[in-house]
Amino acid sequence: MPQTIAIVDYNMGNIHSVYKKMTHVTSHVIVTNSAEDIAKADKIILPGVGHFAKAMEHIHSLGIYDSLQTHAIVKQKPILGICLGMQLFANISEEGNVAGLGWIDAQVIRFRITNTLQYKIPHTGWNEAIQAKDSKLLHNIEQCSPFYFVHSFHYVCNNKEDILQQTEYEYLFTSTVEKNNIFGVQYHPEKSHNDGTQLLQNFINL
Amino acid sequence: MFKPRLIPVLLLRNNILVKSVRFSKHNYIGDPINAVKLFNDLQADELVFLDILATKEKRNIPIEIIKEIGEEANMPFAVGGGIYSNKQIQAYIKAGAEKVILSTHAAANPACIKEAAEEFGSSTIAVCIDVKKNLLGKYTVYTQNGSQKTQYTPSEFAQIVQENNAGEIIIQSIDLDGTMKGYDIALIQSISKCVTIPVVALGGAGSLQHMHQAFTQGYANGLAAGSMFVYHGSNKGVLINYPNKTERNLIFTQ
Repeated sequence: MPQTIAIVDYNMGNIHSVYKKMTHVTSHVIVTNSAEDIAKADKIILPGVGHFAKAMEHIHSLGIYDSLQTHAIVKQKPILGICLGMQLFANISEEGNVAGLGWIDAQVIRFRITNTLQYKIPHTGWNEAIQAKDSKLLHNIEQCSPFYFVHSFHYVCNNKEDILQQTEYEYLFTSTVEKNNIFGVQYHPEKSHNDGTQLLQNFINL
Repeated sequence: MFKPRLIPVLLLRNNILVKSVRFSKHNYIGDPINAVKLFNDLQADELVFLDILATKEKRNIPIEIIKEIGEEANMPFAVGGGIYSNKQIQAYIKAGAEKVILSTHAAANPACIKEAAEEFGSSTIAVCIDVKKNLLGKYTVYTQNGSQKTQYTPSEFAQIVQENNAGEIIIQSIDLDGTMKGYDIALIQSISKCVTIPVVALGGAGSLQHMHQAFTQGYANGLAAGSMFVYHGSNKGVLINYPNKTERNLIFTQ
């Protein structure tokens, strides 16, 4: 049986582009907000744009919090968080000061920019991701390839081993994380030309 | 290294692409879907589609064309023209747009920026500020495709836009539109200095040198242009084009 990939739609922003891109690389992708579908899926994608606290609220009110915990942590299904989805994997965020899913030992903080003339927030546009460790997720993607970012908050990892890539915006911040079956990317692979498509393909190939 | 986005701005008039000079004289450019395909191949950073007469003609941007663009585009794209409600924004985002651009309605009712940002997130909402300079050198914000004068100076309005949680400002010089003579650097710099959100320069770009200036002197975070990306040569033959990596690096080096 071919694997099924569930894109979790928890009413946070534009999931259409993630879905569309995924249909280009696999025919077995569904968009869902149900615990049953998450249970049936082989892999999970958690996209999202918007406010951290609101996102956690939606995850609780849709009744998928336990399901995500079970399938990501107990059953160790590969899960990919994109943008806000990645941030939700952390312990806590300054955006609303609420607890996240707690899968990556990290905090999400607002950019602390001193040169506000040159470095505008949100960090919007293409920037290089510097790879910090080997990963199947980055197979066939060159070191320092540019990806498309839009965000005002970023990761601070407590365990350096969880850092997959870093990016510089006045200072270095963690732009992607990987811990066992858990993958998080701050940028938008679905909007990042060929390297983005390759990353999504790599996630399918895991 | 962070690099500012080079953004082709494509003007829709219903289902076709046109290009203006100083907001009038609309020349036919071609088919939008074909343009998207070409910009995919050229690996453009981002695209902007503006239906310039939507507000004036009291109509919406045709959703079908946005869907088609959404199916094709390999990069983020924004849509603007005649947008005033969250319901419309929802439809364009669902059709595949990454961002929407508010203009006339944002000036008439800045609270609509906030409402939209709350619903869709700040990064989804950009505001385009169209500006004219008078003979005394005073800048004023205009709406309705440059036909309606407002009471705002660009800096005043830019701050209102930021206070209402927009994710980005596109600052456009009406006087320089389609001229390819270079951006109004003073105008761009004045906006970059008074806000902390990204500022996209638009109006007047004709060369990579102009973009270099807007980046280094204007502190623009995005470098947008119409003519430069759709015309080629002194006769202005229609040719979709986009600088390659080497050419682009010239923009970023001091």
